[in-house]
Amino acid sequence: MSPPRRVAYNPLRSWSGFGGCAGGLSASGSEARKYLRLLAGCKTGIPRLGNAVPEPFHLFLLPKMAAIEILGLEKTYAVGFWRKQQKCALKPLQLSVEEGEIFGFLGPNGAGKTTTLKLLMGLARPTAGSARILGMEMDDPRVKAQIGFLPEQPYFYDYLTARELLTYYAHLSSVPASEISRKVSAMLERVGLADAPDVQLRKFSKGMLQRVGIAQAILHDPKVVFLDEPMSGLDPMGRREVRDLIEQLKRDGKTVFFSTHILSDAETLCDRVAILHLGQLRNVGVVSELTAGVRGKVELAWHGTMVPAEMKSLGAKCHESGDTVRAVLPEEKQDAALEVLRRERLRLISVTPLRASLEDYFVQQVKPVEATVGARA
Amino acid sequence: MRTRVVYIAANTFREAVRDRVLYNLIAFALLMSAAAVLVGQISIDIERLVVVNLGLTAVSLFGVVIAIFIGIGLVSKEIDKRTLYTVLSRPVRRWEFIVGKFFGLAGTLAVNTLCMAIGVFGALLYVSHHFQASDAWVLVALYFIGLQFLILTALTLLFSSFSTPLMSAVFAFSLFIIGSFAEDLRGFAGITHGFTRWLATAAAYVVPNFSAMNVITSVAHEQPVAGHLVLLNTAYALVYAGMVLCAAVLIFERRNLK
Amino acid sequence: MNASRRITLTASLLLVFFMAASILIVHRIEVLRSGTALEEVLYISSPRLLKRLGLGYDGLLADIYWTRTVQYFGTKHRAGATSYKLLAPLLEITTALDPQLIVAYEFGGNFLAPRPPYGAGMPQKAIALVERGIQNNPDEWRLYYQLGFIRYMDLNDYAGAARAFLDGSRVPHAHPWLKVLAAQMAQHAGEWETARMLWSTTYSTANDPAIRANAAAHIRALQADRDVIVLEILVAKYQKANGHPPKKLSDLVAAGILRGVPLDPLGHPYRLGQDGHVEVQSPDDLPFIQKGLPPGYVPPVRPKILPSD
Repeated sequence: MSPPRRVAYNPLRSWSGFGGCAGGLSASGSEARKYLRLLAGCKTGIPRLGNAVPEPFHLFLLPKMAAIEILGLEKTYAVGFWRKQQKCALKPLQLSVEEGEIFGFLGPNGAGKTTTLKLLMGLARPTAGSARILGMEMDDPRVKAQIGFLPEQPYFYDYLTARELLTYYAHLSSVPASEISRKVSAMLERVGLADAPDVQLRKFSKGMLQRVGIAQAILHDPKVVFLDEPMSGLDPMGRREVRDLIEQLKRDGKTVFFSTHILSDAETLCDRVAILHLGQLRNVGVVSELTAGVRGKVELAWHGTMVPAEMKSLGAKCHESGDTVRAVLPEEKQDAALEVLRRERLRLISVTPLRASLEDYFVQQVKPVEATVGARA
Repeated sequence: MRTRVVYIAANTFREAVRDRVLYNLIAFALLMSAAAVLVGQISIDIERLVVVNLGLTAVSLFGVVIAIFIGIGLVSKEIDKRTLYTVLSRPVRRWEFIVGKFFGLAGTLAVNTLCMAIGVFGALLYVSHHFQASDAWVLVALYFIGLQFLILTALTLLFSSFSTPLMSAVFAFSLFIIGSFAEDLRGFAGITHGFTRWLATAAAYVVPNFSAMNVITSVAHEQPVAGHLVLLNTAYALVYAGMVLCAAVLIFERRNLK
Repeated sequence: MNASRRITLTASLLLVFFMAASILIVHRIEVLRSGTALEEVLYISSPRLLKRLGLGYDGLLADIYWTRTVQYFGTKHRAGATSYKLLAPLLEITTALDPQLIVAYEFGGNFLAPRPPYGAGMPQKAIALVERGIQNNPDEWRLYYQLGFIRYMDLNDYAGAARAFLDGSRVPHAHPWLKVLAAQMAQHAGEWETARMLWSTTYSTANDPAIRANAAAHIRALQADRDVIVLEILVAKYQKANGHPPKKLSDLVAAGILRGVPLDPLGHPYRLGQDGHVEVQSPDDLPFIQKGLPPGYVPPVRPKILPSD
């Protein structure tokens, strides 16, 4: 067995036979956490390996270094004319993002997503806490060369053309001068702006501006890309293109951290998500795990036009179309509903479980807090 | 690091050049020089006098307007429009940004002054039909006006880094006026006593010393300018602009961007 | 924070250094330009044009020029100047910008007319200035007073002075002395008492500290002159009575001619000089005196006539 390399060595991939821990093949956070817990529990040795790997080496077997580690970042603003009142935009945030994953940062408007991104970019100073990106402190100047940022509703120097803008940014990012024009052309090609490189940005549509924004974020080949609402204001075609681009970034091995309030995008794209609300982190995890806890619904369809009275009492929403009735009701009422249908001698066509969406989970998380906040206000 | 400053400066220059308002102002100033020629023809004796006075005053005033007009938006516009976010998320230090912007605007004004200077000398040539030795003093006066622009640029940049465009314009213009009477302020400080004296003296030395750079009247009467004054004014402009830039860097370094 | 703190520290240090340097340079520039800065007033051939160029802010401009005038005179005087060639243009511009600035006319009357080093030595210009002032302010008694003053003091035109005082006394709210002064001109022109009346009036009615200080110096001089004359009469009386001149002024006290050795307006006792003349102890502190000066006395280059002296 080759000795493990210190960095980028993923034991989960190489030791697939490691009992229940290493079942997952992707380096997703929850798997890693399970693994770590196990590792903490069996410190004296690793089963199966016996003495083949001496004890300190198991430190090398830790999963990949986190691309982003947020350690208690907090931001409070002083508002009002005399700067007396405190407004807390972000409560202490603890979060970590693995390398190579697409991480979604969700939350309603005003949750603190943009604040977090501004703190990470060094555009605002945190009231407390710190963060590490690629192992370096966030205000280390070397970090900036490895990251790309697309702000929310970006606006660029509108007197420049797309090519000039990207060239300017390439210069600022210390891309070697000889490679700049080649990279810029390649980037314009990649984001689909190859036919409008010399048009002034003031004439660009919103979708085109967004594409330029993504281009400038990935131009210098950063390892981590931060996107703030990358799909806002785009039409479905544009959203599709951005989605494809993000997936492509992941395939290239980059880490993507993006914030959005469009949950369906997050659902399809992200490996993991974090939900932020009123400046506080509500939950973090893989989408499927988060939605697993949400009570699902089931759809029953039967022939005929009759809707038994008991259906309503079971909380079903019924909908007739042609000679079929469809009813959606909570899944725990499924058996009771089937019993009703059997009694009424209605012919069942189908029973379909409806997967809980992230939106359901989200609403479930956010609603109780909104209610209490509303009650307090 | 230094090349980043150069790129930011070049970009600022490019922005100013493509801003069409600039052209209107320059055209207006050139028009003033033409008007000076016409007005001078009213009395042959004082043709040259009028051309120099009016021409140089036009260059000075319009340059001030341009400096303030462009300068006030330098930083605040970037913050409002968030173009700054994508710049600062790159390996660009905040101070590099400020210094780059300064040189960009200073360069713009230098080119501007040059264009207007050509206009003035054109008018001068027209009325005098040949260059004279005393035209060299006109050049010195123009150089002093350029130094004033340097200081004013730094000031507008300073105000732009923490306040809105309107307030920046007000502050900068006020300082220009007060600075043009700096010598009188010092005289006034000399007459008063007690706390007023202390306050007036402090103000008189903090305010930019534009009055010493205003030699338009004496140059118009073909009086020479002391070489020593040229040296001192140059040193002063550099030192004062440097001081203001340091203040701008300090403020911008700590600023939270909204 | 490290890089950021370094930048902050560097910028702060540079800021302080540049500020100190800028103040030093301003000092040097001041020294260089102290003479030449105001010379441009010589080129303003038409103060009325300046008024129009002032864009309606002539009041402020007038104040600025007034400040410059006072500053100019004070600085020149301190440097021991013998000519004040910019005083006339400065006053002309000031009064052109604000014709109602009465103190400017008064300043001209007190410092433009007297001969150097007590003034600029341009009485005709002073008269022209004040006459323009009267044109613009026909009801201001001070201007008539000033006119009469200049005619009396610097031109010895007693009839003209009388006319001015009389005209002034007819103006509403005129100072009651004007009538008295007019009458005085007729009978007692050139006398000590008249001069004392004039200077006292100036002293009590003027507000400008320079004018008051100048007037006070004149009043002290007049007092000293009178005292010396009286003392010399008493010395002659002693000589006649005792056959030889007294050695000291206290001899007069011993002889019962004086009750005590009198003090000059500065509080110092008078002295008896070698040649029998009475002298003041410190003639430098009493400009304008004509008697009581030690033989071969040369007045200082800078007479002490302003409050700063």
